[in-house]
Order: sequence, then structure tokens, then C-alpha cells
Amino acid sequence: MSPGNSAAAHPAAMAPMPRPVTRALSLAVGLVLLGGVLGVLGLGVGSTGLEAVWTMLADPVAAQIVWDIRAPRTVGAFAAGALLGLAGAVAQGLFRNPLADPFLLGSASGASLGVALALAGLGVSPFATQWVVRLGLTGAAFVGAVLAVLLTLALARGVQHTLRLLLAGVVVGVVLGAITSLVTLSVPEILQAMQAFMLGSTGFVGWASCLLMGGIGFVCLLLAWGLSRVLDGLALGEATALSLGLPLVPLRAALVGVLALATGTAVAQTGLIAFVGLAAPHLVRAVVKTTHAWLVLLASLMGGVLLMLADTLARGLMAPQELPVGVLTAVLGGGYLLWLMRRRVG
Amino acid sequence: MNNPLKYLGRLLPGARSGGRAQPASRHSAAGAGWRCLFVTGLLAWAGALRAAGIEVVDDRGVTVRWDAPPQRIVTLLPSLTETVCELGQCARLVGVDRYSNWPASLDKLPRVGGGIDPNVEAIVALRPDAVLLAQSSRVIDRLEGLGLKVVALEPKSHADVQRVLGKVGQVLGVDAAQSQRVWRHIDAAVSAAAQSLPARVKNTRVYFEVNRAPYGAGTSSFIGETLTRLGVQNIVPAHLGPFPKLNPEFVVRANPDLIMVGDRNFEGMTQRPGWRGIRAVREDRLCVFPDAESDVLVRPGPRMAEAARLMARCLQDKAP
Repeated sequence: MSPGNSAAAHPAAMAPMPRPVTRALSLAVGLVLLGGVLGVLGLGVGSTGLEAVWTMLADPVAAQIVWDIRAPRTVGAFAAGALLGLAGAVAQGLFRNPLADPFLLGSASGASLGVALALAGLGVSPFATQWVVRLGLTGAAFVGAVLAVLLTLALARGVQHTLRLLLAGVVVGVVLGAITSLVTLSVPEILQAMQAFMLGSTGFVGWASCLLMGGIGFVCLLLAWGLSRVLDGLALGEATALSLGLPLVPLRAALVGVLALATGTAVAQTGLIAFVGLAAPHLVRAVVKTTHAWLVLLASLMGGVLLMLADTLARGLMAPQELPVGVLTAVLGGGYLLWLMRRRVG
Repeated sequence: MNNPLKYLGRLLPGARSGGRAQPASRHSAAGAGWRCLFVTGLLAWAGALRAAGIEVVDDRGVTVRWDAPPQRIVTLLPSLTETVCELGQCARLVGVDRYSNWPASLDKLPRVGGGIDPNVEAIVALRPDAVLLAQSSRVIDRLEGLGLKVVALEPKSHADVQRVLGKVGQVLGVDAAQSQRVWRHIDAAVSAAAQSLPARVKNTRVYFEVNRAPYGAGTSSFIGETLTRLGVQNIVPAHLGPFPKLNPEFVVRANPDLIMVGDRNFEGMTQRPGWRGIRAVREDRLCVFPDAESDVLVRPGPRMAEAARLMARCLQDKAP
């Protein structure tokens, strides 16, 4: 077979492939632009469906709705999605497993248990109520998520063994989930509130939450970016990574720290939003094959845009009722991923 | 009451003639035997009629029958428990679900799990002759398979409360007139609560938050019906369904004059983005009900009059 024939059989190979960096850069720019458009759209979509923002700004109540509710909510959706996307990219790199998601180390079930206990504790005794009020549901969720990851680490006896870490995470997730169910069943008044937490919501994100998520997201992104060489090394296998002279144990511990912090922050503010963390890195990889330094950034942007889109739809589709945003992320992210897979097979 | 028997006596002179001996052939003796058997059968039939064999069609459309009014009853829904007690038949309860907490006399009864996770074994062990539960309960088939008589009733509206009172009354063999009387009493108390309100309250725009998701109580819900009868406006229109999950922004825009919420769901409400601007929050027109009162408010049962009084008290204290 002559070289000419083979090139004719694969016309795509004839076109000069853009360099991965160029592709990555253009994807980043594209996502930022899309995010900007969605952000503007997000200001106009609310309990009355789509409406013009400039007419709303004339009315003080409507203006307050735009600036104090919709704007932080939209920005918050981006920030939470970015945190989850980042955590997903880190988790998949760290565990060298395409099915890894941010909730793998038990943070989701820990956060649920925290929220369930806080909700159940409200009104049990003045003392408990006082504590719950001081900590807030957000605080309870964050504490729960962090404690669950620490428990996983303790059970896995450190971060050396990937498999042990994974198994410990699964065990912690299942056990804490069971305890959460127990708490929920014994105090049925919290059943619906728990259900809402499980499906995630961006409805109550204010500017303070945005600032918090933005700050932590920025720190996590910097850390993950700095540690991206470890992830690249791990992608070649642990032995190779070791032979590259990387001090794996402390660096992995740092990565687990980033994962836990990013996930815990997002979960505390918005509840368990499914699939963003899992899908965002895959969606990026479907477009561009690149190093982890780019992947963590692009997965963050992708996660943010995905959650913004889901949030806008959640508000708009059945206004003034709201769909659970987690349902929409699963439908959107899952649907797109399936389509990509089918296209590649075809 | 004895009419059927007298009538029977007249129909069958042989039965009436009693002890008087008659020269009888074999044939006539056999005839008397048959007649006797016939009479016994008729008597048994009449007896069954008098003991009022009970037949009730429940919310599934299933007909449940008893020969005599059931005496050992298990309820798996707080509003059904309350209905049984309101009809004065609390003493017939042998077990209740763990959420039934009114009246206080239930404290001594065994708990048989919740409506969602009932303990089949514990229920069967109580040997109930009737189990009252919600239609959505998963345990219905299992209990029926074990030979128990199950009545599924699910009150969701004011009309349902009346209907369920009647049905439970039927199951218990309570006089229909008494069930009616209990209902009229409840209904009158709701009207009285409405009439106790001053005219200024009438156009108050109210938001009742069922839980923090947030789910609001719509006009078509049980709670919404009570609000309507109290003559106030509900910010959640009927077309959204009984308990819609709302966009929090909807509440800010609707700007209710007064908010009713349970203690358990109140924490953090005023810190939600933009909620400080709501009139009810700004002017502190918030009725935060403690747990025991929340139970009364959210259960579609015979305590709806008390619920109406609680809401009326709230409106009197806090409405503009």
C-alpha cells in the first residue's frame, strides 16, 4: 500500500493538525465567551421566564432581584461548577480512573450527613439549635465533607495506595450514606429538605458565597496547576512517576487536599450536584488532548459553563417553579457525553 | 328490631305451635326437620344483618368486609390516628406509626415503624383486625398477603378530611350521624376562626413555606384551603399545584406581607439573598411555629380547626 493511498483513506490526516496548545487556548477562549453569554442570559431568566434586564432595572424590587439574587446565583453556579470540574480533573488524574468523580473520597455522603444532623438538630434542644444556627447548614455540610475525607484517609492509612484509598472512600460513602438515611427516617420533617440537598440547588447562593467559592477556587486552581506535573507523571503509572524522581507521597497528599477542599466548598454551598465533576474533564478531553496543566483549567471552565447552563434552564423551563439543578446537569452532561461517544464510534 | 322474627313466625305456623305433640307420620316429621333447619338459617341470616356486617370501599377502590366492627386497629398515618381518636374510638387502637403523637394517650401504645418503613412483623404480632394506612404505603400488599384487612385512605384536602372521617367512622361501626356531627363541629370551628379576624386582615398576602427547599403551600393545597377560608390571599397561585418547589426569587417578587413557617425550616430564611427586602421580613411579620404546632398545621386531619385557629392567631398578631 502506497503512502498516497493511506493518506487518501484518512483525509483528516492531510489537514495540518492544530497544535494542542492552540486548540486548548481556543477552547478556553470559547468557554469564557460562552460563560459570558450565559451570564448575561442568567440575569434575564428568573421566576417570570426570560425578561429584559434594562426594564427590570427601572423598578427597585426588580433591580434588587437582578443584583442580589440572579447575579450572585449565576456567578455562584459558575464558581461551584468550576470547583467541581477542577476536583473531577484532579480525581481522575490522581486515581488514574476515568470513572473517578469529586465525591469519591466520601465528601458527598459526609456533607449529607452533616446537613441531616444539622436539620435534625434544629429544635431538638436549645443547645443543639444554638450550635446549628451558629454553624449554619453550609458550615455543617463543609465540616461533614472534610471529616469524611479525613476518615477515608485514616481508614486507608494514608495516601500511598490508590486502591486502598478508593475502597476506603467507597466504604465511607456507603456507611455515612446509611447513617444519613437513618437520621432522615427518624426525623421525617427533614425528608424533603434532604431530598433538595441531594439534588443540589443554586437558589440560595449570595455574594458572600460567591466570594468564598471564587477565592477557594482560585487557590485550588493554582495548587492543582502547580501539581499538574505529578498528575502527568501518574498518568504514566506509579512506577514511572517514581522513576521521574517525584516525591509522590507528599504531593499526592496535597492533591487529596485540593480535591477535598474544592469538593467540600462546592457541596456546602450548592448541595450534591451530580455529574459535573465526572463529565467536565471528559468533555474537555473529547475536544483536546493535552497536559494536566491545561486540563485542570479547562475542566474548571467547562464545569462552570455546564452548571451555569443547567442553572439557567432550571430557573427558566418551568418558571416560577424550579427544577432541581442536579437533574439538569445529569441530563445535559450525560447527553452530550453520550453523543460524543457515539460520534467517535461512528 | 324484632320485626323480621315476628314476620317469620307468622309465615311458619309449625314453628309457632311449639311443644304441642301431634300424631305424626315419618313424612311430616322430616318436613318439620327441614322447616326447623330453614328457620335456623333465616335466623342466622337475620342475626348477621343485625350485627351490621361492615363493607367499606377504600381509596384504592377495594372493598373491605368485616362481620363485626373491628376492635383491634393499627394506624400508620398520623392524620388517620387522629381521626380514629376524634371519633372517640382511641381505645380500639392497638398500635400506631412512630409519627403519630396526638393525643398524648397514644404514648403507651406500641410503635410499629413509620408509614414509609413499617415493621410488618410488629403489625402482624398485634393481631389487628383492621390496618388503616396511606395509599402510598409500600406495605399494603404484604399485609394483605398475610391475611390482614387493610384500608388505604389518604386525606389531602378539606373535602378529604370529611370523606375520611366518614369512611373511618364506617370501619369503626360508628353511627354515620356521629361522624357528621364531628365534621360539622370542625367545620364550624374553622368558620369561627375566620370570623374572629378583623376586616383589616382580609387582604393580607401570605406565603406559607412548607420546607426550606423551598416548597410553598399553594392555593390548592390543604393549607391553602384553610388560608382561603380565613379570607387572606396566598401568593402561590392554584395552577402551580399543591406544593410547588419555587424559585426563591418568586417569593421576593411576590413580596408577601406575612410569612408562616415552621421553626425547623426558619433558620437562615432572613439571610437568603434578597429576602431582607420582602415586606414580611423587613417589618418582622413572620410567624414561626414550633414543632408541635407545625404538626397541627401540615396534617390534613381532624385538627384542621386548631390549625385554622393557629393561623388566625398569627394573622391577628402580625398582619399589617
